[in-house]
Amino acid sequence: MLLIPCPWCGPRDEAEFHYGGQAHVPYPEDPASLSDEEWARYLFFRDNTKGPFAERWSHAAGCRRWFNAVRDTSTNEILTVYRAGEERPETVESRPATSQPSPANPARPALEDEAVQAEGGSGGTAPSGVEGAEPLEDGTGRGGGGETTQPFRHPTRGRIHRDTPITFTFDGTAYQGYRGDTLASALLANGVLQAGTSIKLGRPRGIFSAGVEEPNAVIQIEAPFPEPMLPATTVELYDGLVATSLPGQGRLATEPDPARYDAVHAHCDLLIVGAGPAGLAAAAAAATSGARVIVADDQPELGGTLLGTAELPDWVEETAARLDAAPAVRVLRRTTVFGHYDDNHLLAVERRTNHLGAQAPENVSRERVWRIRARRVILATGAHERSLAFADNDRPGVMLAASAHTYVNRYGVLPGRHAVVFTTNDSAYPTALELAAAGVSVQAVVDTRPEPGEWAERARAAGIEVLTGHAVTGTEGDARITAVTVAPYGESAGQREFAADLLLVSGGWNPVAHLFSQAGGKLRHDEELGTFVPDTCRQAVEVAGSASGVLDLGGVLAQGAAAGARAIEAEGYTPETPALPKPAAQPYTPAMHVFTVPGREAAPRFVDLQRDVTVDDLARATGAGMRSVEHTKRYTTAGTANDQGKTSGVLAGGVVAELLGVDISALGTTTFRPPYTPVSFAALAGRDRGALHDPIRVTALHQWHVEHGALFENVGQWKRPWYYPRDGEDMEAAVLRECAAAREGVAFMDASTLGKIDVQGPDAGVFLDLLYTNMISTLKVGMIRYGVMCRPDGMVFDDGTVIRLAPDRFLVTTTTGNAAAVLDWMEEWLQTEWPELKVHCTSVTEQWATVALVGPKSREVLGSLAPRLAVASEDFPFMAWRETAVAGIEARVCRISFSGELAYEINVSPWQALALWQALYEAGAPYGIIPYGTETMHVLRAEKGYPIIGQDTDGTVTPHDLGMNWVVSKKKPDFIGKRSFARADTARPDRKHLVGLLPEDPGTFLPEGTQLVADSVLPAPPVPMLGHVTSSYRSAALGRTFALAMIKGGRERIGERLYAPVGDRLVPVTVASPVLYDPEGARRDG
Amino acid sequence: MADTALAAPPRSPLAHAADRLAAATRASRGAIRLAELPFLTQVNVRLDAKGAAADAVGLALGLQLPLEPDTVVRAGESTALWLGPDEWLLVGPPGNERGLESRIREAAGDEPVSVTDVSAQRTTLLVTGSRARDLLAHGCPLDLHPRAFEAGRCAQTTLGRTQVVLVSRDEPRAGFWVLVRSSFAGYLADWLLDAATEYV
Repeated sequence: MLLIPCPWCGPRDEAEFHYGGQAHVPYPEDPASLSDEEWARYLFFRDNTKGPFAERWSHAAGCRRWFNAVRDTSTNEILTVYRAGEERPETVESRPATSQPSPANPARPALEDEAVQAEGGSGGTAPSGVEGAEPLEDGTGRGGGGETTQPFRHPTRGRIHRDTPITFTFDGTAYQGYRGDTLASALLANGVLQAGTSIKLGRPRGIFSAGVEEPNAVIQIEAPFPEPMLPATTVELYDGLVATSLPGQGRLATEPDPARYDAVHAHCDLLIVGAGPAGLAAAAAAATSGARVIVADDQPELGGTLLGTAELPDWVEETAARLDAAPAVRVLRRTTVFGHYDDNHLLAVERRTNHLGAQAPENVSRERVWRIRARRVILATGAHERSLAFADNDRPGVMLAASAHTYVNRYGVLPGRHAVVFTTNDSAYPTALELAAAGVSVQAVVDTRPEPGEWAERARAAGIEVLTGHAVTGTEGDARITAVTVAPYGESAGQREFAADLLLVSGGWNPVAHLFSQAGGKLRHDEELGTFVPDTCRQAVEVAGSASGVLDLGGVLAQGAAAGARAIEAEGYTPETPALPKPAAQPYTPAMHVFTVPGREAAPRFVDLQRDVTVDDLARATGAGMRSVEHTKRYTTAGTANDQGKTSGVLAGGVVAELLGVDISALGTTTFRPPYTPVSFAALAGRDRGALHDPIRVTALHQWHVEHGALFENVGQWKRPWYYPRDGEDMEAAVLRECAAAREGVAFMDASTLGKIDVQGPDAGVFLDLLYTNMISTLKVGMIRYGVMCRPDGMVFDDGTVIRLAPDRFLVTTTTGNAAAVLDWMEEWLQTEWPELKVHCTSVTEQWATVALVGPKSREVLGSLAPRLAVASEDFPFMAWRETAVAGIEARVCRISFSGELAYEINVSPWQALALWQALYEAGAPYGIIPYGTETMHVLRAEKGYPIIGQDTDGTVTPHDLGMNWVVSKKKPDFIGKRSFARADTARPDRKHLVGLLPEDPGTFLPEGTQLVADSVLPAPPVPMLGHVTSSYRSAALGRTFALAMIKGGRERIGERLYAPVGDRLVPVTVASPVLYDPEGARRDG
Repeated sequence: MADTALAAPPRSPLAHAADRLAAATRASRGAIRLAELPFLTQVNVRLDAKGAAADAVGLALGLQLPLEPDTVVRAGESTALWLGPDEWLLVGPPGNERGLESRIREAAGDEPVSVTDVSAQRTTLLVTGSRARDLLAHGCPLDLHPRAFEAGRCAQTTLGRTQVVLVSRDEPRAGFWVLVRSSFAGYLADWLLDAATEYV
């Protein structure tokens, strides 16, 4: 969401503003002197500039001022704002796209991805009952046993709580895990590797990773909350969890989700996304400066990759404790930042009680969406390990190397007993060594590099065979891998086979640049890393750690701390220099850039495991002529599953580059779009559900209507009584009864929803003459006039009455749905075109409650309650208003009729409305008074041919089309819309006119929207349409059905027979005058 | 008839919600206090801030109209809210709207001013307590941190799905006023009570 700087109120969310189109398009001084073409140019033609563009905005939900902004239409950046009436500034500068500071050391290997954000709780906001930020165990792995039931659980390693065993069910079998496990780690501990079958080919698939990038182990949770398609690697284990594997696709729950979801806005000087080594170092530099800092990380505990490698545990713990204690720092654990939008507006979802299972407190939201506006952002989002496209690379037991490292050190789980490690870079070696130390038999490290350097020596020293210049050419096994075939890279001879139940793969590292890219950042190809890294961005964003392509731990820490310091310094705070650990420098040999590996003939080489897309599929795409990764993505669906290609995107790009024989740097990546990980609709909807989905506006009399059985109609956000059925009545019977009371006796209606605008100032009359088509300034104080407003194109925009309260004061009423639009319209003209007019407009819609008292007996009822009011027609004529007490309540009584009957509108304070209403009900009882609703109001007005703007009109209708020439002044030199009435188009004889329609069978009802045709037999299509029904009712007064319609040349067709296709019939109808009841107007005075 | 109606007490937009607001306030044990402040006098004033009327009106009211956007000036029981460069809302104890209007018109003399009684247009919700900011942050996009929205500031903005005038009161522990259009008041009360679920 853009942050738009209101020239008065300062930066506010875009949602508070209305767009007003191109600026500096002044209303012509003398529209009458313009040719049709010149006038049309003013009305309809606007520039369509690429780049800086001056446009009008209104701070509609704020100070209601119109102003001008120069916005770059290609970047959406607001370059400057200035007040209405001011000149456009000569030059305005775009925000420069700044490069990421170059890291001290370029790409060096380190390990794993670095935390991709995370959790709930938070300083001072965690409500009681929610498990907060307490760190999980310290990694010593001490605790009770239970390993007999978890054969792959390491006896000591891991950060799991061995004293808190957890029982869960997967595919119908009960298992045990520990608090601190994910569903995936607990399954692995129990020897369950396969977690589903693939979506297209039905091949068995196993747990492939330990994080959000998981493509295979996407499972269905059945209880306690049904939820589809969750990566088992991200589901924290809790007691009572019931999950099932999926054939690549989940099922939506059939019952409503009973949990609460909510949202909260947050603001900060610095948001740090990811609390791995880089994010923690950045936070440490900023923590005590006083700057408002938010740290968000998707894991239950801070540390990121350090949790997986078990490095620097003390520093992680100390830093986390310092952050939790820092008053200006908010740490959000279990919180995934999933969207990065304009002006550093970021959305995150915090999983607050999911991990508590059925123990989750009911009054705490299960998930919370954070809407964060940050002055600066550091993205320390880590990197994802990439796989390789080799033959049969999808069997259960194939796993990303660093993920296995995480399973061993963080979860105390051995993902297999006999492992082969296949790598193109250094990062898999520490994993191999760690697994060997943990008791896994590492059969071989297969490295595509001919000379892997020091790391290979260390592996050999540990007794691990290293095959240099080799690659994996195939695998065996069904439910689990059983053997791995290797051969010299690129050759088929010299094969060797290893028995193994685990094949670890590392094809290199992809910085998690998703958020950076969403923020508008550009990526560049890094030759050394062989992947895409963040480059330039217009927003105040810095990327730190492996997300920036820096892979050695010491470099990551230094870069994070420097980024944190730079960010808060830029906001005027003084950073501290945190004491950073100094990890030992590690040997480094450059990675080899490999995407595809030749292997066994006809064996599939998968690129996107979740979509079952293979190298052959991509070859078909390039063979069909695709030359862009955006096209191959859509052709093959690679990267479109709910993992959004986190492990496969760059791999697919590399494969396509090879197929096309081009460099991957020339291909680029596909577009990263929010959300980074899937977010449920329930979380996005938050509390805007049910009764709070949309505001309900009610009048002061609402409760009375409810108590008296009214059914309600939505008019905009208002709830208006529709009709008041009595026992057993249907709508038709109730409306006929209500209409009869209004026409024959007396009835009353709550008309409080009409928009009301107080227009004050010496130029009020001049102003209203410009707005309305008819003359308003000649209205006498004490009198009322009906008026119509048009847009400059001459089309009717709104109508209502104007009451003259004083020489310089009018009260304007608008239609219920248009109140805000009319006020905005007035302000727009006053502020942008006619600032010299001394007039002000103020909404008073809710200052007054209005009751319409209608019917031949209304005078008696009013007279009995207003002893000081002379109610006789000659004393209180039509279209006059009086101030008096009604039922002892100060009131302004207007003689206005929207029904053709003698009628009054009584305006009182809404605080007194119920007393007035009850008094009218009582005083009217002898005359049979009843309340009526909007349906009856519509019937009564339609019988008189009064149009409803927005129902009978649609923005293409002039007052003349409505037969209201009388409301268009010929005396006024100009008013909005006048020039358009002289356009050829508005004078066409075949324009649609408002007419009445009488079905020849008086009982036949024409649905609104019914088309009208000339002939009794439908001709072959296209059938010429003459118009359509806009309103249709049954009339008590006419004793028949009738309708209003907009019909081409309708006034000239009065008396003609037309046909209305209703269902499979052509209903004959007669065109009539729209005024069907009391055409002489005899009933108006009672 | 007329006499009985006269005796009928005025009914505020949130009269029906008073019990629920009070119950939530009690249950939160000080975290949240919610209450309607009904019937406050509210008068909308429009005049040229640079013209002669501005000073004259300020003098007559004993209250300088604030010129800095989104700020409040308080004098005794009366408060003037900046709503726009030529627009203010005067808020005071109930029943004072006529007096205020005539004083302003008198002070302005021949200078053009617009004065409109809008006391019933909006009602006022008091939102205070230690978690008041957290409660409002569930639906208000403004930065309500004391550094950004200190006591004495006001803003026309949105809360939940409705427009409000938000005032950070400048008395100790006074919390916020939330002025809301009367027709939206029921929605907003429901919204606030629902948002408070976690704090009660």
